[in-house]
Amino acid sequence: MLTYIIRRLLYAIPIILGVNMLTAALFFQINTPDDMARRMLGEKNVTVDAIENWKREHGYDRPAFVNTGASGTAMFTQTVFFQKSAPLLWFDFGRSDRNNINIGLEIRNRMWPSLAVSIPIFMAGLIVEIFIAMMLAYWRGSVLDLAVVVLSVVMMSVSTLFYIIAGQFMLGKVFKLFPISGYDTGIYSFKFLVLPVVIGVISSMGVGVRFYRTVFLEEMGRDYIRTARAKGLSEGTVLFKHGLRNAMIPVLTNVVVSIPFLFYGSLLMETFFAIPGLGSFTIDAIQSQDFAVVRSMVYLGSILYIVGLILTDISYTLFDPRIRLG
Amino acid sequence: MKESQTPVVEVIGLKTYFRSSSGVARAVDGVSFGIRKGSTFALVGESGCGKSVTALSIIGLIDRHSGWIEGGKVRLGNEELTSLDESTMRQVRGMRVSMIFQEPMTSLNPVICVGEQVAEGIRLHQKASKQDARVITVAMLSRVGFDEPERIYRAYPHTLSGGQRQRVMIAMAVACKPELLIADEPTTALDVTIQEGIVRLIKEMQSETSMAVLLITHNMALVYKNADEVGVMYAGKIVEAGSVKTLFSKPLHPYTIKLLRSMPVAGQRTHALDAIRGSVPDAASYPSGCRFSGRCPREMAGCAQKEPELVLRGQEHGHPVACHLYDAPFMASRSARLVASAEGVPAPLDKTHNERPVLLEVRNLKTWYPIRRGLFKRVVGHVKAVDGISLSIRKGMTLALVGESGCGKSTAGKSIIRLITPDAGEVLYMGKDLCAMKEGELRPLRRRMQMIFQDPYSSLDPRRTIMNTVGEGLEILYPEMSRRSRIAKTASVLERVGLGYDALNRYPHEFSGGQRQRIGIARALAVEPEFIVCDEAVSALDVSVQAQILNLLKSIQLDMGIAMLFITHDLGVVEYMADEVAVMYDGKIVEHGNVEEIFARPRHEYTKKLLAAVPRIDSALIESLKLPVVPAAWP
Repeated sequence: MLTYIIRRLLYAIPIILGVNMLTAALFFQINTPDDMARRMLGEKNVTVDAIENWKREHGYDRPAFVNTGASGTAMFTQTVFFQKSAPLLWFDFGRSDRNNINIGLEIRNRMWPSLAVSIPIFMAGLIVEIFIAMMLAYWRGSVLDLAVVVLSVVMMSVSTLFYIIAGQFMLGKVFKLFPISGYDTGIYSFKFLVLPVVIGVISSMGVGVRFYRTVFLEEMGRDYIRTARAKGLSEGTVLFKHGLRNAMIPVLTNVVVSIPFLFYGSLLMETFFAIPGLGSFTIDAIQSQDFAVVRSMVYLGSILYIVGLILTDISYTLFDPRIRLG
Repeated sequence: MKESQTPVVEVIGLKTYFRSSSGVARAVDGVSFGIRKGSTFALVGESGCGKSVTALSIIGLIDRHSGWIEGGKVRLGNEELTSLDESTMRQVRGMRVSMIFQEPMTSLNPVICVGEQVAEGIRLHQKASKQDARVITVAMLSRVGFDEPERIYRAYPHTLSGGQRQRVMIAMAVACKPELLIADEPTTALDVTIQEGIVRLIKEMQSETSMAVLLITHNMALVYKNADEVGVMYAGKIVEAGSVKTLFSKPLHPYTIKLLRSMPVAGQRTHALDAIRGSVPDAASYPSGCRFSGRCPREMAGCAQKEPELVLRGQEHGHPVACHLYDAPFMASRSARLVASAEGVPAPLDKTHNERPVLLEVRNLKTWYPIRRGLFKRVVGHVKAVDGISLSIRKGMTLALVGESGCGKSTAGKSIIRLITPDAGEVLYMGKDLCAMKEGELRPLRRRMQMIFQDPYSSLDPRRTIMNTVGEGLEILYPEMSRRSRIAKTASVLERVGLGYDALNRYPHEFSGGQRQRIGIARALAVEPEFIVCDEAVSALDVSVQAQILNLLKSIQLDMGIAMLFITHDLGVVEYMADEVAVMYDGKIVEHGNVEEIFARPRHEYTKKLLAAVPRIDSALIESLKLPVVPAAWP
C-alpha cells in the first residue's frame, strides 16, 4: 500500500509539470505580458515605460519558456515559466498580478466559505440520492419507481441556472425565507447557506438518483443476490447487507474523486450567491486575466485531482477485499 | 436409499410464464414429478428447456417483475408452496428447500467472508446466537472437506478455488438440513477432476440427512451415474420420465434417443454424430402439436396437429412418455404417416491413419508472464503459463490439447499461432520458425493459420454484419481480391457451414449460439487456412448443437485437409474428434500420443486421474440405441 502511494506520488510529478506548462502556454497564447500589463494599468494612456516597469515589478520581463540570452541551466531557469511555477511546488503562490494580494493567505481565508457550501451539498446530496435510489431498487418496477425515474429525467433536463434563479425568486423574494445572496462570518453564515445548499442538492438530484438506481439494480441482478434470497433472507437484508456493500464499489469511483474538490468550491453557486469562496476567486481571476491566481488555482486543482484519485484507490481496499494495492 | 414411497416434494402441473419481447414465454408449461425422501430426481435437457425455471419456481425465486406462476402446485410435505405469502415462503427457503447454483465464481458475495455467508442462514433459521452459528458453520465447513475450517471461515470468496467455493455453497445449502436440495448444474463450471468430488459430497450429504435431491443438468452421463429417477425436459414439458435404469436402457422418446446418440463417444469416431437438426424453439412460439415436431426424425403427419400427453404406455413400454409413436389408437389412424425427411445413416468419416507429413512442430515453447512487485515494479518472478512444451501436428490431422482450466492450454494455443509472442522455443511451420519472424514476415502466413474461439456470443463484433466479420480476413490477408469475389467467397463459405446467403447482411444477435459458432468457423475458413486452433470451440454449446458443429468440423477437415489443434477439457470430444492427444498439466505436457492408446493405457498419474474422474456412459449402450421404426406409409 505504502509503495503504491509513493509510486503514485512519483507519477504525479510529470503530471503536475505538464499541467503547469500547458496552463502557461495557453495563457500566453492569448495574452502577452504586454497585454497583461496594459490591462492591469488601465488600458488607456499607458506609456511604454509604465508597461516595462509593471513587467519588471511582476517578473514578466523574461522570455516565456526558453531564455536564449542565457546559457546552461539558466536558459530554462531565467524564464517566466520557471520563475513563476517553481515556487508552486512548495506551495508558495506569491502575490496576485492585479492587486498584489497574498494568494496563499487569500486561499486560506476563502476555503472556509467554500467548504461551508460544498460539504453540506455533497453530504446531503449523497444521502438523499442513495436513499431514494435504494427505495427505488426495493420497489423496482412499481409505479413509484416509474414516477421517480420520470421526475429524475425532468430534473436532469432543467438547467442549474433555472434552479438558482427560481429558488432565489421563490424562497428569497416571494416568501422571504432566506436572503437572496450574501455571506457572513461564523454562526451568522447559516441563514445565507440554506438556499445555496438546497438548490445545490436539488440541481444534482436527477443525475444522482438515476446513477445510483442503475448501480443498485445492476447489483440486485447478480448471482450472489439470488444465493442470498435462496437462503431465505428478507429483501431488506438482501438489499442492505449484500447489495449495498457491493454497490459501494462503483459508487466510490464516482464520489471519492470529488471529495478534494469540495475545498475548491462551486464556481456557479459562489458567483450567484456572492459567497466569498475559492470558486468566485477563480472566476474573478479569469475575468481580470490575473495569471498569478489562475496559475495557482489550476495547480491546486491538479493536485486535488491526483489526491482524489489516490483516495479512490485507497477507499477501494476498504470496501473490496479483492483489491490489494502494491 | 429409498425410505418411503410418498414423495417429499411433489410438483403438479406447474406452469411458469414470462413476459418477453415476442409475447408470453411459456418457459415451464405443465410439469409434474415427485421426489421421494433420500432419492435423486434429475431433470435433463438442453438449455432453454425450462429446467432452471422449474427449480426457481419450486423455491419461489421467479423474478416477480417479469415472470409468474400461471398454474399448478408445488407440494412440500403438507404445504403448498406456490400459495404461500412471501414472508412464510422465506422460512421455507434455506430451511426446508435450498439450492446450489452453477456458477460458484459469482454465487458468493465477494465482499463478505464465506463463513459469515454460511452462518447467516443458520442464525436466521435455527435462531442460533452469533457464537453458536459460528460453531455450527465451522463444523459444517469441516464436514464439506476443509482441513482448516477456521481459516476458511474468514476467507473471502476470491481466495478460494472453484471447487472450494462450490463446497462452501454446499455447506450453506445443507446447513439447516433441508428436505429438498436443488442442485442446478452443480458441476458444470468446474474442472472434471473436481466435479467428481463435488458430486460425491452431495451424495454423502444426502445419505446423512436423507434429503431429496433435484439434480438439474445437461450432462447425461452425470445423471446416469448419480440419479435414481429422471425426467427429460423439452420445450417446457417433461417428455419422458422414469427410473434411470429403465430410461437409459430403453429410451422411448425420439428426443431422448437422439440426445443420447449425439454424445461424442469413442465408438462413433468413424462416423458423423447423430445430431438433432435445428435448435430448441423459443418459449414464446412453440410449434403446434408436438413441440419436438420439426426436429423429430420420426415425425408423422398427425404430430404437428395433436400434442401428445405424458402417460404410462402399458406394460410393453414401462415408463411414461409423451410421444404418439407409443399411442396405439394414434398409430392405427391415418395420422401415422412418416413426414420427417429421411435422415440417412450418419456418413462414414474415415481418415486413413498413414503417416502424413508434419505441418507444424513446436519445440520447447515457453510463455511466461512476469510478476511485478515493489516501488518500481521490478520483475520478481514469472507465472510459467507455458513452460517448455513440445508437440507436432500432422497435415489434415487433429491434435487435442487437454487439461484443466489454468493449465496453460489456451496460452499455448495462442502462442503457437503467435497471437501472443512466446518467450523461448521454436514453432516450426513447414520448417520455418514463426517465433523468429517479424510481424511483417508473419503476415503472409496468417492466411494459413486461423483460430476459432469458445464463446460464440462475445467473439463476434455485435456491430458488424456477418459479411463484414467473415469477409474481414479476406480483405486484410488477400488485399488483391475484388469486392465482388470477396462477397462470392464469403457466401460460399457461409453455405459450407450450413448458413444461407441471406446471413450476409445480418448481425450476430439475430443468430442462435450454434449458428454463431458456425459463423466463427466460416470466418476462420474464409481465408483457406491449413491449420486451425479451436479453443474450446464447442464447450459452450448444448450436446445436440455440439454434435452438429463437431460433424461440421470433421467433414471440413476431410474435405480441405486442415490440421487442427483442438483445445478442450471435454474428454468425450477428444475421444471422438482427435487423432492424437497431448495432456497438459501446470504448463507442461505430461503425456502425448495416439488417442486410443492413451485412453486405453494412460501412463501419467494426472492422465489417469483425469480419465477416472469423467462420468461416462458405456459407448456400447449408446451405439445400441435405435429410433423406433414407423410402419410403412399409409396408402
